[in-house]
Amino acid sequence: MAVETLEATPSQPVREARRRPGKPAPKPRSWSLPKSLGGWIVLAVCTIATLGMLVPVYVIITTALSGSTGAPNFFLAFPDAPSLDAFKGAWTKLHGSLANSLQITVPAALISCLLGSINGYILSKFPFRGSNALFTVLLVGMFIPFQAVIIPVFQFLNMLHLQGSIIGLILVHIIYGIPITTLIFRNYYEGIPSAIIEAASIDGAGIWKTYFRVMLPLSVPGFVVAGIFQCTNIWNDFLFGFILASPAAWPATVTLNNLIGTTTVDYSELMAGAVLVAAPTVLLYLVLGRFFVSGLTAGAVK
Amino acid sequence: MTTSTALPPAPASPGPRPTKQVPHNVKTSRRAAWIFAPSLLVSFLFVYVFIGITVYISLSNWKIGTSPNLSLRQPLGGTYAEIVQEQRFQADIRNVVIFTVIFLVLAILGGLIAALFIHHVSVGKGLFRTVFLLPYALSFIVTGVAWRWIFSPSTGVNEILRSMGIENPPGWTTDPTILGALNNPSGTDFLKVQFGIPVALLPIIFAAAWQLVGFAMAMYLAGLASIPEEHLEAASVDGANVWQRLRHIVLPQLWPSTITCFVLLLHVALKIFDLVVAMSGSGPGFVTDVPGIYIYNYLTSRYDKASAMAIILLLLTLAVIVPYLIRGYRKERKA
Repeated sequence: MAVETLEATPSQPVREARRRPGKPAPKPRSWSLPKSLGGWIVLAVCTIATLGMLVPVYVIITTALSGSTGAPNFFLAFPDAPSLDAFKGAWTKLHGSLANSLQITVPAALISCLLGSINGYILSKFPFRGSNALFTVLLVGMFIPFQAVIIPVFQFLNMLHLQGSIIGLILVHIIYGIPITTLIFRNYYEGIPSAIIEAASIDGAGIWKTYFRVMLPLSVPGFVVAGIFQCTNIWNDFLFGFILASPAAWPATVTLNNLIGTTTVDYSELMAGAVLVAAPTVLLYLVLGRFFVSGLTAGAVK
Repeated sequence: MTTSTALPPAPASPGPRPTKQVPHNVKTSRRAAWIFAPSLLVSFLFVYVFIGITVYISLSNWKIGTSPNLSLRQPLGGTYAEIVQEQRFQADIRNVVIFTVIFLVLAILGGLIAALFIHHVSVGKGLFRTVFLLPYALSFIVTGVAWRWIFSPSTGVNEILRSMGIENPPGWTTDPTILGALNNPSGTDFLKVQFGIPVALLPIIFAAAWQLVGFAMAMYLAGLASIPEEHLEAASVDGANVWQRLRHIVLPQLWPSTITCFVLLLHVALKIFDLVVAMSGSGPGFVTDVPGIYIYNYLTSRYDKASAMAIILLLLTLAVIVPYLIRGYRKERKA
């Protein structure tokens, strides 16, 4: 049981339940070349569109490889003598901020996931009167433009003497991460049979004991989905870092933006910096894409 | 590709609740409420109370952060009356409307077409899907610097346009031209901006669509996966051609995906900030200015104006989000 649930993505139990019993699962598509003219046209369109989508990626990488002699004269040109020199310059300017981003992202993502998990557990397995309405009230926090709270947040952090610090940023990311992680975990736990909770409660386990002994061990996929979602969001954040961080606490996105000079832009160094800032989230996406996609639809309130 | 196995559930489809709730006694319910309370209280403070404070600041005389002046401005709401007459404010509203409309059309239509093709492709489905969604993993700042370079007037796409014989290609993000400009359509002196499509916004719209088209595609692919094959087969047997099946079976079934995409992408568009900062900033004559940048600029000098604009932005966002959330809540209750 536990193993099966561990392997399931949050969406699967729901889909299994929806499928009528007795119907065979649709056959997996086999890898075969198209058999009709229409099939070839579909393949051709997909290939061309995909190559088009890759143009900016190509541009970032080739420009980053054009070395210290400056960016090429044309954005699609491949550098005559590819070199990693631009990366050296970008690393010198960015490594401090990359470390900041890491120090902000990891604890903020972990803590907001843990809180979301507890909330999701309560909302899906122990709903109380009005809990659904309160949950909707909580969800609004996910969508508000943060500019509408930024002055009070700034003043609040000032009061705590956390203004400009990494701790302050972590705190803000945790607080504004609660709605989305609660939503992800609530949807995830709805797919876990309540019978498990009932069994634990018959055995005399309380809410907390059931959570730590039964629910938490079943939550690994939920934590992966919510964790990826939060890591990507927090790593890619610009607004909070831009307004709330002092230069020593700048996340990588802010420093990357500052590489754009006021008059001239060293595009090869800028692109090398873009590669460095993008690398962690892109790697996360390429390695754990399945979970990434599950988190993506989390914003879609069911 | 790891992405090829599981697709997300069809969004916004009600679906039966998979599990029954555990029956609880009053004591357990109360304990559960207490466990949820801290998160709720913190969110209440940081969302609702802080929005309330921002509303108050927008009505006050507080200008510079370090010297709070909490007296209410007379006449009440004077700051709102002041900013709506500004050329910059009017440009921001024009820009955010134009940005939102074109961006939504590009991202949603692009995502739908991409999903329809990728759903039916016989080879490399996972690869195509992975590439389309890849930009979604990037920061808007990374996207912004890349597209800034692509549309750089002297070295970017203009080189291609010149080679095609266009002698004076647009200056893109540095171009003050407004396409299809209407001068003063109201006939009064209230309107201080030209209505039309600022050329400088186009590269930013393309960049945003590139980044988020994969999101729409993923939503539509999930929707397509939930359409029962039997329906399509039955229609084929009845002699329906590709277009008829698309119009009468596929598109109606994708409607929930469209609503989700529309709402979520619309709220991203209204809040757009990072991408514009990285690509152009305010632009000449505020042709690429958006509310997010306006607010940021006035955070140092005019707390009241920044707050008033933030509240206007908030109301625009809530007008989209609240009906969506209430719809979700009602569905939940029915289930």
